[in-house]
Amino acid sequence: MMTISDPTLLALALAVPALATLAIALLGRRPNFREASTLVASALLFGVVMTLLAHVLAGARPELFLLSVAPGLTLALKVDPLGMLFAAVAATLWIVNSVYSVGYMRGNDEPRQTIFYACFAIAIFATMGLAFSGNLFTLFVFYEVLSLSTYPLVTHKQGPAAMRAGRVYLLTLIGASMVLLLPAIVWTGLVAGTLDFRTGGILSGKLGDGALALLFAMFVFGTAKAAVMPLHRWLPAAMVAPTPVSALLHAVAVVKAGVFTILKVVVSVFGLETLQATGASEWLVYVAGFTIVAASVVALRADDLKRRLAYSTIGQLSYVVLAAALASPVAVIGAALHIAAHAVSKITLFFAAGSVYTAEHVTKVSQMDGIGRRMPWTMGAFAIGALSMIGLPPTAGFLGKWFILDAATGATNWFAVGVILVSTVLNAAYFLPILMRAFLRPAEGPRKEAPLAMVIALTVTAVGTILLFLFPGVPFRLASMIVGG
Amino acid sequence: MITHHLPVLLILAPLLGAILAALSRNGFAAWLIALVASALTAAIAVALLWRVQAEGVISYRLGGWAPELGIEYRVDAVNALIVLLVGVVALVTMIFARRSVLAEIIPERVAWFYTMMLLCIAGLLGMAVTGDAFNAFVFLEISSLSTYTLIALGRDRRALVAAYQYLIVGTIGATFYVIGVGLIYLVTGTLNLGLIVERLGAIESSRALIVAEAFIVAGIGLKLALFPLHAWLPNAYAYAPSSASVLLASTATKVAVYLLARFLFTVFGGDVGPGGIPIGAILIVLSVAAMFLASAAAVFQNDVKRILAFSSVGQIGYITLGLALVNPTGLTGGLLHLFNHALMKGAAFMAIGAIVLRAGTAKLDELSGIGRVMPWTVAALTVAGLGLIGVPGTSGFVSKYYLILGALEAGHGWLAILIVASSFIAVLYVGRFVEVMWFREPAQAARESREAPLEMLLPMWVLAGATIWFGLDAEGPAALARAAANALLKVAP
Repeated sequence: MMTISDPTLLALALAVPALATLAIALLGRRPNFREASTLVASALLFGVVMTLLAHVLAGARPELFLLSVAPGLTLALKVDPLGMLFAAVAATLWIVNSVYSVGYMRGNDEPRQTIFYACFAIAIFATMGLAFSGNLFTLFVFYEVLSLSTYPLVTHKQGPAAMRAGRVYLLTLIGASMVLLLPAIVWTGLVAGTLDFRTGGILSGKLGDGALALLFAMFVFGTAKAAVMPLHRWLPAAMVAPTPVSALLHAVAVVKAGVFTILKVVVSVFGLETLQATGASEWLVYVAGFTIVAASVVALRADDLKRRLAYSTIGQLSYVVLAAALASPVAVIGAALHIAAHAVSKITLFFAAGSVYTAEHVTKVSQMDGIGRRMPWTMGAFAIGALSMIGLPPTAGFLGKWFILDAATGATNWFAVGVILVSTVLNAAYFLPILMRAFLRPAEGPRKEAPLAMVIALTVTAVGTILLFLFPGVPFRLASMIVGG
Repeated sequence: MITHHLPVLLILAPLLGAILAALSRNGFAAWLIALVASALTAAIAVALLWRVQAEGVISYRLGGWAPELGIEYRVDAVNALIVLLVGVVALVTMIFARRSVLAEIIPERVAWFYTMMLLCIAGLLGMAVTGDAFNAFVFLEISSLSTYTLIALGRDRRALVAAYQYLIVGTIGATFYVIGVGLIYLVTGTLNLGLIVERLGAIESSRALIVAEAFIVAGIGLKLALFPLHAWLPNAYAYAPSSASVLLASTATKVAVYLLARFLFTVFGGDVGPGGIPIGAILIVLSVAAMFLASAAAVFQNDVKRILAFSSVGQIGYITLGLALVNPTGLTGGLLHLFNHALMKGAAFMAIGAIVLRAGTAKLDELSGIGRVMPWTVAALTVAGLGLIGVPGTSGFVSKYYLILGALEAGHGWLAILIVASSFIAVLYVGRFVEVMWFREPAQAARESREAPLEMLLPMWVLAGATIWFGLDAEGPAALARAAANALLKVAP
């Protein structure tokens, strides 16, 4: 049997989406081959990432040195359990999202599909690099590649609204990362003498408490992809993009890259013990808590379905940020699980929203009367995703929330506990009415589902949401490995 | 031995080429002569750098006359870098120029155009290699006079006004410079930079030197478009023929920066000049003003050439900031940015030159969707734009990284923050043309255009490719810049 060495696997994880971009660009005039190259590449990448996953679970920590830009600045990859989890989620969802994209883009007869698929592949390339980055500089480089490559996707529709959204998107993400994240990285490098990620952190004892809290704030707000208020506006603005792009933003890559970065910085730059000892992250509990509740209140009042989902994402992301701020091992496990759970559930919700749009051109909650009877597969999947958002068993959303709640009570942080409880009520308040409208109100018109590719994709992710609850073994083991369990 | 005469051959190649081009009268022949001359120049520049690295400083006596009487050419790690830059940019510009010149310049003037290009190159190289303060003035005038002509050859009638404006300002600058040199001559009795430095120690009153420094810094400042002496630059770049803009934007201001650095560090002693004038602090303030105000002005231009021109003024701010920090790391960053900015601005001006050739306009509002029909050209412009912002993976990031380290080393944490914050303004002006060119429905101009010819795309992508290459593997240029910075600051490597 042929065995591939770990560094080669890492190189492949970057090379496969990169080559896919090339193939897509070259096959632009032959749509069937073009889409085939996306699907083949996503399957290949899945294979590569799953092989890596098996090795990581067995204890391997593959490394790959790429190049040295200048003394002290190197592009290097190093797999750790958190990155592995993120990469596995992204690689898995890329397959489903590709199937769905083919259905959506053809179903809606969208223009400029070549650039769409090409940019999508670059975004996956950046996500892999980000997830496997071995130091802060590498992370920053791929973070920016991800921002730039998703800009054409956000502005895909090219109207004035799309252009405005694109501007908000790019200026917020790039602006925050240049003005706050990059200085934070330079500062870290100067203080710690290295940019390499190390479990337990590289900043222990290097900075005073106040400076540490300031540096932490620069990291959190510099990572605008995590959408912590007040840097959240880009996410609802970006909902003008086609649904597969929303899925990419909300589930596969972009916002996950944000919370991943924050979690990674907490675990491998600051270190849980340092944060616990100095309390440098305590303030973030309140900011994240405010974001959770405020986003839920906005979602409650939004009639546009995608807008409601977007604010739901902002709230859910801050669960992860809240957990990161609690900085205890249990909280980190909860945060990691919540990244996976939210990804698979939110992609289901967006798939369903896109499916409803493609079949019926429905975009508003108030137009959804009886739609569950006419599109039972779509709205069935939507229901599962919604339950997961609320955090009810038997869906994946329950797991992460449970651990985060556990961490909050363990830290006797009653503010955090209160936020989680209030938010759960609010989540139910904005998702259940949609389900009631869809299933209990009378339907007008015959049964009519979206294209098959879309229905398959959203069914798969809905089933995944339940399976992740029933068999959380692999993500749970990875999550425990992050904190050395 | 011919290698012994390399420093003077460097200037003779373009100078003789200019004469031949003028005599040829034929556009194509003149282009060929210019191409060969600049290829020779580039080869000599490479050989010079190689010799400097192997043997150290090269001192060449023109006509065999010793310095006090004669003129000395002196090549060290600093100007070897500048000479290499000018030589290489000159060569790629000539390759690029043929098609662009055919479209933009009246046929009977084409030979004159190449003559002036070669004269300009000869003047710039002369400023770089000479070790004689007055000789530098002569070369400064050669390059300036040819530049006025180059700008005036632009097809837009506003080019004449721009050339005239620059003529007046440039003459004032040159006069200031020569007054400063005269004052130095008055107190030291020599024009050779090496001897000036030796004799300065014995001078008791610094009053003449204070005045000399003021005149020289202001004079060269005009030539390098140091904020707020930059008013001539946007019009000059915007209305000059496209290939002249390429040459000027990537080399002219850079050589002037070199001359300023030479005077500041070797003659006037860096941070604090004679008589306790805080020249470093003054430069920091002007540089930061350029970084913010000129970049902000770039955001509000409609002509893409003017966007790039204002961006140049802003980017020169980063370079002079590197000089003003007066520590090895900061100066390395400044010189590295000088080098990197030349490459990316060259690529950008080539791209807009190609767009002017195909679409006939550089106005942003007429260029909607041009990226769809000229993808390679606009991609090169985008790469250059990312370099101007300083996105990681481009050379602009590396030089700004060194600048930030230098600012922190100098204890100016706030400067590091300003460097990063001002880069954000570049996001705005680059984002503007990227959005219009790629993501808008093609307008009239775009629908009637097609991709630029290969002979323009190749040199453009050499420079754009270098912007990426030196962003990923910067150790080569960084080592050169570090050596140059050490030579200027006289720090042992």
